[in-house]
Amino acid sequence: MYQYDQLDQAFVDQRVTEFRDQTRRYVAGQLSEDEFRPLRLRNGLYIQRHAPMLRIAIPYGLLASRQLAKLADIARRYDRGFGHFTTRQNLQLNWPKLTDVPDILAELATVQMHAIQTSGNCVRNVTADHLAGIAREEIDDPRPYCEIIRQWATLHPEFTYLPRKFKIAVTGSPQDRAASEVHDIGLHMARDAQGDIGFTVLVGGGLGRAPMIGQVIRDFLPLADLLSYLEAILRVYNRHGRRDNLNKARIKILVKALGIERFREQVEAEWQLGRASAARLPAEEVARVRGFFKPQPYVALEDFDASAGREPAFQAWYRYNTRPHRVSGYRAVFVSLKAHGQNPGDMSCEQMEAVAALAERVSFGLIRTTHNQNLLLADVRQSELYEVWLELARHQLAMPNIGTLTDMIACPGLDFCSLANAGTLGVAKQIQERFDDLDYLYDLGDIEIKMSGCMNACGHHHVGHIGILGVDKHGEEWYQITLGGSANGFTALGEVIGPSVPKTEVAATIERIVEAYRTLRAEGERFIDTFRRVGLAPFRESAYATHPAAA
Amino acid sequence: MRRILRRREMVADDWIHFGEEAAIGAALIVPLAELRKDPERWWQWSGRLGVRITPIDRVEELAEELPRLDLVAVEFPNPSDGRGYSQGRLLRERLGFRGELRAVGAGVRQDQVFLLARCGFDALELAEGEDAQGACRALQRYDVAYQPGSPQTAIRRQRFFAPRG
Repeated sequence: MYQYDQLDQAFVDQRVTEFRDQTRRYVAGQLSEDEFRPLRLRNGLYIQRHAPMLRIAIPYGLLASRQLAKLADIARRYDRGFGHFTTRQNLQLNWPKLTDVPDILAELATVQMHAIQTSGNCVRNVTADHLAGIAREEIDDPRPYCEIIRQWATLHPEFTYLPRKFKIAVTGSPQDRAASEVHDIGLHMARDAQGDIGFTVLVGGGLGRAPMIGQVIRDFLPLADLLSYLEAILRVYNRHGRRDNLNKARIKILVKALGIERFREQVEAEWQLGRASAARLPAEEVARVRGFFKPQPYVALEDFDASAGREPAFQAWYRYNTRPHRVSGYRAVFVSLKAHGQNPGDMSCEQMEAVAALAERVSFGLIRTTHNQNLLLADVRQSELYEVWLELARHQLAMPNIGTLTDMIACPGLDFCSLANAGTLGVAKQIQERFDDLDYLYDLGDIEIKMSGCMNACGHHHVGHIGILGVDKHGEEWYQITLGGSANGFTALGEVIGPSVPKTEVAATIERIVEAYRTLRAEGERFIDTFRRVGLAPFRESAYATHPAAA
Repeated sequence: MRRILRRREMVADDWIHFGEEAAIGAALIVPLAELRKDPERWWQWSGRLGVRITPIDRVEELAEELPRLDLVAVEFPNPSDGRGYSQGRLLRERLGFRGELRAVGAGVRQDQVFLLARCGFDALELAEGEDAQGACRALQRYDVAYQPGSPQTAIRRQRFFAPRG
């Protein structure tokens, strides 16, 4: 993985000093709450329902064992012993003390980590495919380019006060596992006719209040032009994006207002004029960063079926929680943060320490976070899978449900977040309880549930096969259900099934929906494919069949 | 007498804003709208002339007049309005403006001055009541940066460079 040089280290250290001074001035009353807000947000610090919330950056989801161990240490000493992994591959601490935050940031800096630009109207953490570097069909490893973008975007003098937040995702495989089409900019790695690396550039995707799918602004952008082209997009957005209405300030609104053709013309014109003064991306710098992402020193091994002859519980875990690897003899292992009875994405510090130690032993000391709120050990020898399973099971991290209905995404919701209209964690629990039978889950197959506690859509509900959105109805928590959303390859926004349902009815309604699927499905047909074939109507009918209370 | 932060030092301001009392021959900053309204009058002003632009003004439209201007003041109505950063860079890098580039308005706070200087602002008229010593310190808080930028700060190492040209 990338290692800081003196410049990177000096930068994060100086950033801590700056934020320590800003916090001191706030506490001393020299900065008002309004004045402090944009400063603390750019250092990942929110003021939440119960306490501050600190969102720590995990650039493109990659962590070293010592970093995960440090996160555990911080969660224990400064928080309540657990953290929450997010859809943007970051980690949130829900109970730090405001005055401790400079110290936490200083601790993070000792392991080459930070919380810079994890919130605020600036370029956020750059995310990537969690199978980067190990997927068989990959065009190129996206992580070196994510790292270059991270550095370029960090405290960018021109783009630190944008109209609204700005999210970039990069995917290196034809199959999009980074939800890149619902990002402000999505970069798809590609090769031109000469075989040279570059990107297909999408712009204007996003969820939130007005969900939109990104559109192609450039079919092929040569690698050397990456920064100058990003700069052109950001400059057009910074100058012309709306600032009069927070809900209309994302780049997607500007792209929609102008139309993609006119937006493209403006960006291309800006790019042609601005290339002369934009940041240069020299080949030596690309080579330097790429050097940190070389393939691991794999041992020559044969593939074999590690599950043959093992007990059914291991076989189920092997089938659902491991994935093929481009190198024979290895597999990628999901660490499920979706155990029933646990908040999706939550992890205790003991679990973090156990996974950090395990990764050190079996996966080159590296851990990845996924946008589905699980962790991944990317490079495990097939011969060690059984031991890995036993160790993960010992720490309740081996729930064999990856890709099933209970591998759901949920934001922290009303229990923690001051923006939320409704709780998500109670609903997640309700769903876990109702769908606790693994054989039933396996029979249902691939179903993605994504749940958000408000319109801001941190839980990506629009792109869930089943989306759940919490709404406030006269002070009560109700839930609007959408069907047919998807964010991997064939990006689609879910359709609202009908009137929202009360909290107690969510899991039962979902059960009626999936029962309808079981009746409607053709042999071997996934939920999403059945939905695409038959449409919303039959599901709507079933969903409300025995539910007169819905209004 | 107003004081401003010019090239890392607090100095007495030798410019007058439109609406303030201006003696004949004084260096005067007029709003762009005012200049457009009565160009005859302002281009014949007896002293040095500067123009003040707002976030919605297109700096490209100043291209022809820039050689006759000694100063451009870019308005930052609040710390969160980042349009002026783009205006500053465009004035310096694309339009080649070599006169004083000044940040003005309620948004010019000590936590913004580092970014402003990196974008080419060489004069910072701090918001009323802002701590000048804090702003001086803030200019020198970082000695490394990732992006190319103007040399008004203490930056000694940077990662990405602008092409030579």
